[in-house]
Amino acid sequence: MKLVVVTAGLTQPSSSRLLADRLAEAVARRLEETPGTSPEVRVIELRELAVDVANNFVTGFPNARLREALDAVTEADGLIAVTPIFSGSYSGLYKSFFDVIDNTALTGTPVLIGATGGTARHSLALEHAVRPLFTYLRAVVAPTAVYAASEDWGGGHGAFTDGLGERIDRAAEELAGLMAHRAPRREPEEDAVVPFEEQLAALRPPQ
Amino acid sequence: MVTKLQFGIFSVGDVTPDPTNGRTPTEHERIKAMVTIALKAEEVGLDVFATGEHHNPPFVPSSPTTMLGYIAARTERIVLSTATTLITTNDPVKIAEDFAMLQHLADGRVDLMMGRGNTGPVYPWFGQDIRQGIPLAIENYALLHKLWREDVVDWQGRFRTPLQGFTSTPRPLDGVPPFVWHGSIRSAEIAEQAAYYGDGFFANNIFWPKEHFMRLIGLYRQRYAHYGHGTPEQAIVGLGGQVFMRKNSQDAVREFRPYFDNAPVYGHGPSLEDFMAETPLTVGSPQQVIDRTLEFREYFGDYQRQLFLMDHAGLPLKTVLEQLDILGEEVVPVLREEFAKNRPETVPDAPTHASLLAAKERSAGVGA
Repeated sequence: MKLVVVTAGLTQPSSSRLLADRLAEAVARRLEETPGTSPEVRVIELRELAVDVANNFVTGFPNARLREALDAVTEADGLIAVTPIFSGSYSGLYKSFFDVIDNTALTGTPVLIGATGGTARHSLALEHAVRPLFTYLRAVVAPTAVYAASEDWGGGHGAFTDGLGERIDRAAEELAGLMAHRAPRREPEEDAVVPFEEQLAALRPPQ
Repeated sequence: MVTKLQFGIFSVGDVTPDPTNGRTPTEHERIKAMVTIALKAEEVGLDVFATGEHHNPPFVPSSPTTMLGYIAARTERIVLSTATTLITTNDPVKIAEDFAMLQHLADGRVDLMMGRGNTGPVYPWFGQDIRQGIPLAIENYALLHKLWREDVVDWQGRFRTPLQGFTSTPRPLDGVPPFVWHGSIRSAEIAEQAAYYGDGFFANNIFWPKEHFMRLIGLYRQRYAHYGHGTPEQAIVGLGGQVFMRKNSQDAVREFRPYFDNAPVYGHGPSLEDFMAETPLTVGSPQQVIDRTLEFREYFGDYQRQLFLMDHAGLPLKTVLEQLDILGEEVVPVLREEFAKNRPETVPDAPTHASLLAAKERSAGVGA
């Protein structure tokens, strides 16, 4: 199964990539355990496509490199999409990438959303900003969204809360399950066209 | 002269500052420049001049038949067309009347290209809803098609007041309606519409990669055959192109770069080199333009009309006229010769008033 990972971290290495890799590894492990779902993981670093994405806005079409990445996301059986939280929401680059993708590209695609930030105070940005973005795109978003604050990288689970590791495992379980049980995708009919008589008939005024 | 593949230019009619000196032409200067460019197109031996239609600044051509009528009076041979006529927001009755009148005045040297328009506010300004863009294009054209072919029309639709006993005047010249192209950048519905009527399909391929247009034109050709107008290879296809030439390609690139970098449509984005790789834009020597244009046939099949965009992005009139000299003298004669080679006899020539009239007389003769 095609598991595509999109990460919008800007530094190299970035904590968004670190989280994305942890999530991907956890999902891939579960897929391997299920017969017939052996994973094929592809990671897309949006940093490398930043100029291509900006050019898409200006010209109205993706260049060859960006097109290849958009196609990979469109064809994914499951998507992990991780953003740093900037100014209380997803990063502009992350939103821009999902702005230039076709608005039907992710219909029905299982998505696991993740985010990173300096403080845990921004964690609900996942619920208030990132989740509605994928809901708009008609993706199936896993119930657990994973937020990693700086402190999470050095913390375990507390007496009353799960640690980062447990949250990753729970989210991975959910995504792998959604991927395994995804309704068979309808292949888009290439240039399907409504016959002209039908288009005309639809316009006839009521008799 | 029978023209297998017509060559011409199409103008957006934008008023854009010249980025090299900051000078912006007045509307009056730009309108007169468009006329000068059209006259020059005839002088250098091109076959078609087409103007856009816009209803917002910074564009001047809001009234295409007025401009084309004036050009018709000052030319002898060139075909006058549009790129595009807004089938969504114009009243189809007025299109029928205006273009039939123009057709008479120009002795048949008129065709037109239907388009939906991509400026959102134009729809509400003209009392329409942009979400109805495709249905408007379909219904309005169905009425236009009827008005040019039936002397007395009773009609009722969704978008326009009904007609009872209406005759659109003048009737088309010699009873032959102007040939219609349907322009589209992305809609399969419009390719289907063009195929249904056996009209031309113009793919304005200048701003997007070719793969997309290969699919769209392929669809049109296949549906053209489906509706019984001929084989897929006999469908009537037009293509855009965008070029800037100097004897030495480095000079062309150096001179055009500031216009590219600041162009309203794609400026401030990718580099000139990247854009040339992704789209048909060709900036270089006349030979490079020839080579690149000849490739179109490999991607899209033998076709009937090639229009170049030459006068945009603030290029001064003098430069545009120089470009037309190069196009007419060095590029188009070679392209005519090369495109004629290996062109199957079964591929139709570009439709003209004369060819449509001859076809009409032939079929009347057969019927008699």
